[in-house]
Amino acid sequence: MTGPGDMDGGGGRLAENIMHFARVLRRAGLPLGPGKVIDAIRAVEVAGIRRRDDFYWTLHAVFVNRRDQRDLFDQAFHVFWRNPKLLEKSLSLLLPSVEVPAEDEKKSKPASQRLAEAMFPDRGDRPAKESGEDEVEVDMTLTWSDRERLSGLDFEKMTNAEIAAAKQAMARLVMPVATVPTRRMRPDPRGRAVDMRATLRASLRAGGAIALRRKTRRELPPPLVVLCDISGSMSRYSRMLLHFMHALTNDRERVSSFLFGTRLTNITRHLRHKDVDVALGKIGTQVEDWSGGTRIGPALAEFNLKWSRRVLGQGAVVLFISDGLDREGGEGLGTEIERLHKSCRRLIWLNPLLRWSGFEPKSAGIRAILPHVDEFRPVHNLDSLADLAQALSRPAGPRGRHGWENRL
Amino acid sequence: MTRAELPGSIDATVDLLERGDYVADRSLATTLFLALKMGRPLFLEGEAGVGKTEIAKVLSQTLGRRLVRLQCYEGLDAAAAVYEWNYARQMIEIRLAEAEGVADRARLAADVFGPEFLIERPILQALRPDTAGAPVLLIDELDRTDEPFEAYLLEVLADFQVTIPELGTIKAPEPPIVIVTSNRTREIHDALKRRCLYHWVDYPSAARELEILRRKVPGAPERLSAQVVAFVQALRAEDLFKLPGIAETIDWTTALTALNALALDPQTVNDTLGVLLKYQDDIARIRGSEAARLLATVERELAAAG
Repeated sequence: MTGPGDMDGGGGRLAENIMHFARVLRRAGLPLGPGKVIDAIRAVEVAGIRRRDDFYWTLHAVFVNRRDQRDLFDQAFHVFWRNPKLLEKSLSLLLPSVEVPAEDEKKSKPASQRLAEAMFPDRGDRPAKESGEDEVEVDMTLTWSDRERLSGLDFEKMTNAEIAAAKQAMARLVMPVATVPTRRMRPDPRGRAVDMRATLRASLRAGGAIALRRKTRRELPPPLVVLCDISGSMSRYSRMLLHFMHALTNDRERVSSFLFGTRLTNITRHLRHKDVDVALGKIGTQVEDWSGGTRIGPALAEFNLKWSRRVLGQGAVVLFISDGLDREGGEGLGTEIERLHKSCRRLIWLNPLLRWSGFEPKSAGIRAILPHVDEFRPVHNLDSLADLAQALSRPAGPRGRHGWENRL
Repeated sequence: MTRAELPGSIDATVDLLERGDYVADRSLATTLFLALKMGRPLFLEGEAGVGKTEIAKVLSQTLGRRLVRLQCYEGLDAAAAVYEWNYARQMIEIRLAEAEGVADRARLAADVFGPEFLIERPILQALRPDTAGAPVLLIDELDRTDEPFEAYLLEVLADFQVTIPELGTIKAPEPPIVIVTSNRTREIHDALKRRCLYHWVDYPSAARELEILRRKVPGAPERLSAQVVAFVQALRAEDLFKLPGIAETIDWTTALTALNALALDPQTVNDTLGVLLKYQDDIARIRGSEAARLLATVERELAAAG
């Protein structure tokens, strides 16, 4: 391990290396601009680098912005401050989810060469490269090989006509949830509350009797969380549903999307890509359980444990899209769906399985879910976004105590 | 109150926190030191009950600074967070002016929207100079507010200034020490985080938690504290909906001490589990055989450690 003494090459070398380190992190996907680099150099000047762990936490304080960046930072730090050249080489191994385009790879080669020269100006880097490379490769495999990736799903490209139709459908979409009043006000002549500030300003302008200005509560659609089943029995709808989720994410604010089959994947960030094909391409490579079995219970348990407190915080509405057919016969599903129901404003279940109208809840999974949903929307013919939007736009009933158990 | 100097090194920061009975690990002390030295807000994220708010309190107490606390909630707006005009007084002033026959409207407007009619709320208070040094501004549970307020904070946190249309811009002569906390019930926007130094406050190690107990519950028997810490640490490895934080550990030890318990036994654990776990599912899961099993493991480990 290189001691702190090697890092402090005197003069501007340390600053330069911090800059290179930031560039490595940026390529690894951390959003670091030049401002952050300047901050980091200032921070290191302020804190000093007498101890290696202080140096670590100093850079950590500036470069890391989210909890999930910590592992990445940790690995990059230990590799880079030992030998930055190795990191450059193994970056693609370290980060299977971040694909570096081929031309970038080519461009970065001379840069890594320069970096190595900057770090070790008076030492040949060949021996280090020979002996170190094996070590790193073993390291990376150990860390990342458990991430099996099935990238088989190939989405058909959406035609322009389809995109136009989808946009129209989205424009017409009315969620069966009314807007909710926020605690912010807007001016409104028929509002209930008096806007004192506006009143006083107006009266100073006009004089005489003080005419009251009024305000009312601003209304907003509540946050929306989409939980979508992508198991085998749902596979014919997967593409359409993903397009729906993409359109929804780009149509309004505060939408979080999750896919589940045998495990749960958060795809919110991918869906924020404006281009639907890019977004779906990314999802196709990240999600690992396309058209497999369904374990609704465990998937919901994971959502409840890890995500519900982060995305259901502000009175969110949950759109649960599934056929309710569970591989494990609804085991543990009841309690999880009940918890989900209790932690959101409204739980809407959209069931596309039912292509006939004489629906009877026979499967164990369906019977477990039904008592805990506020809104049940069977869709008998779900082949286009327009059908989906139409199904969701029907007016909603009140939130009952017993869900949908006895209403069918 | 004498004006305490800001710590000059990371070691001094650790000492400073320790004087306030806050047992911090080195990573937190480093980030805090940098925040103080660079005049940047400190953004603390972590589970509930790991001591995020406590840092601000300890800082204000050990540095002898005034603590200005802004508790966030949904719909928090400028009138509650920054400033508001005293409308009742303004109305009276206008009526008086009219009675006296003041004709100059522009002068009246300038009078009515003057500093004496301004009610200062926490953020504006924190920008005001103080003889003891710039105050500590604690913006607690920022995730409870909505995005518009977060956007408003950008100006405050970047330049430490507030713009009041009628009065102009008020700038802090000396930037306050800003601590922002979040429980992560939603993600805070990157633009705000970028202006802060970030730290994820984790659950403490067993040794650190024991040290915290020694300071916070000095009356607790040594053996009981050791058992409590080992039990809670074991509990955090379980698959629970809400893991117990340090606050719960302290509460539980206080409760057990009040019950005159000298050591943990399955019965006591079952009876007092509600202090530690706050969800019925979690309690049902741990109560009984699971608690007994954890306790037995803890006993064995403690015996092995001597």
